[in-house]
Amino acid sequence: MSAAAGTTRHAPRAAHRRATHSATQVLFDAPGPKGRRRIALLSVLSAAVILGLLAAGLWQFQKNGQLDPAKWVVYLRVDYLAFLGRGLLGTLQVTAVAAVVAFPFGLLLALARLSRFGALSSVATVWIEFFRGIPMLLVVYAFLLALPAYGVTFPRFWMLVIPMILVSAATTAEVFRAGIKAVDRGQHEAASAIGLGRRDALVHVILPQAVRLVLPSLILALVTLLKDSTLGYVVSYNELQFQGKTMVSITRYLVQTYVVVSVIYIALNFLLTRIALALDARMKARAVAS
Amino acid sequence: MEAIAENVPLLLQGIAYTVALTLLGYVLALIVGTALAVCRVSPIPPLRWAATVYVEIFRNIPLLSLLILIAFGLPDVGLRLPYFWCGVLGLTLSSAAFVCENVRSGINTVPVGHAEAARSIGLGFFGTLRFVVLPQAFRTMIQPLVNVFIGTVIGSALCSAIAVSEITWVTQTLNIQYAQAVLMFLVAGAVYLGMSLGGSALGGVIERAVSPDAPTGRSRGRSALDVTAGAQA
Repeated sequence: MSAAAGTTRHAPRAAHRRATHSATQVLFDAPGPKGRRRIALLSVLSAAVILGLLAAGLWQFQKNGQLDPAKWVVYLRVDYLAFLGRGLLGTLQVTAVAAVVAFPFGLLLALARLSRFGALSSVATVWIEFFRGIPMLLVVYAFLLALPAYGVTFPRFWMLVIPMILVSAATTAEVFRAGIKAVDRGQHEAASAIGLGRRDALVHVILPQAVRLVLPSLILALVTLLKDSTLGYVVSYNELQFQGKTMVSITRYLVQTYVVVSVIYIALNFLLTRIALALDARMKARAVAS
Repeated sequence: MEAIAENVPLLLQGIAYTVALTLLGYVLALIVGTALAVCRVSPIPPLRWAATVYVEIFRNIPLLSLLILIAFGLPDVGLRLPYFWCGVLGLTLSSAAFVCENVRSGINTVPVGHAEAARSIGLGFFGTLRFVVLPQAFRTMIQPLVNVFIGTVIGSALCSAIAVSEITWVTQTLNIQYAQAVLMFLVAGAVYLGMSLGGSALGGVIERAVSPDAPTGRSRGRSALDVTAGAQA
């Protein structure tokens, strides 16, 4: 093969490679006939192994009578769906309320941590690191078991939502802090060049850009909140996971109910993650273009 | 205070369970997650698809749902595991998905030229990964992998919901017995904070030790924003 032919054939691929900047695409060549045969063989083998594992799992279900259609079609019945739907509504409510309070709170914590006042900054740092380092379950238990001992009680909804807010605010504070730091230095310089003070620069120049930068991360924080809302199982608040538990105690279809519940969570979170990643990719593409 | 003095063995056992759950879950997740990441970048389509489906399922399922499904669901299909190992299995399955994502994006940070250079000196797929790409990728992955570790520490608390007698379970049981809520909360909190802070300190040490532009490796003017940081529950 002549050198010229070689370069023309590979030029578009090389350009594509440089555009995506990813090492995963050069780990292997476009395979030759022998390589293609080997890849085909390994593909068939690995597909067989994967299908075998799935079949073994299904067979195990079958052997224990869990594949009985009667145990699964009930999830198409209106009353079953309505029952789980009430749980889903609870989950969405809890997540929404927690997000609406936690995100602004997280922004305030981030600003406090970045503040020039040493005392405020250290208080915020300790607060953030504390709630990032302990499990939410512990905070839930504090509201469920500890505070009632001192005569402080909350409705179940708030026993779930307040711990979610405390933990999520701490993690989103770090998201906002990263976003503020990721705004280009030139923006600070430009802001002070046109005579803006520190506060004005922050409010009118830095924050609008930082909030846009962290938008995808905030959607992922929503995924985390949605997952955390499953702790309603512990505080007996009627969200999806707890509703599933109630359903199991009535119908005795344990595997089926929890599989259906998990699939709902996976679908919701998958959707949110997709949106976040698509948004992130679009913003990165725009940043490269400009 | 006597609540602690009278129950030292129980508390120590709780701490031991928490440490064991975390370490076993994390180490297994590192192994499984790296293998999954290799599958995701491999030239074999079924392996790529299987690893992608795995990641999408296990990073989107809430850990508590997964643990409940494993602990209470598996016996119904004829698989009996001790609750402790159900916890380890759940933590491993969930953390492995996050490890896989981090390893994959770590591989993407290695300059393309390095992989090309490795290929041009005759290394194959595994040789390129093993000797050139992965060693460099792991260096950029230390911080994300520390985040996965902290996620595993925090996740181990959920095993108390499936009756593993780890530190959250022990302190809440003692709490009901002695009504020493604040004290018990502080004990459990200290264990988790100690483990997460210890983990991130160790991560920092490793990061500095393997950083090529040490000792002032931190002076990168504008830090890029990693969207998926802290996305683990």
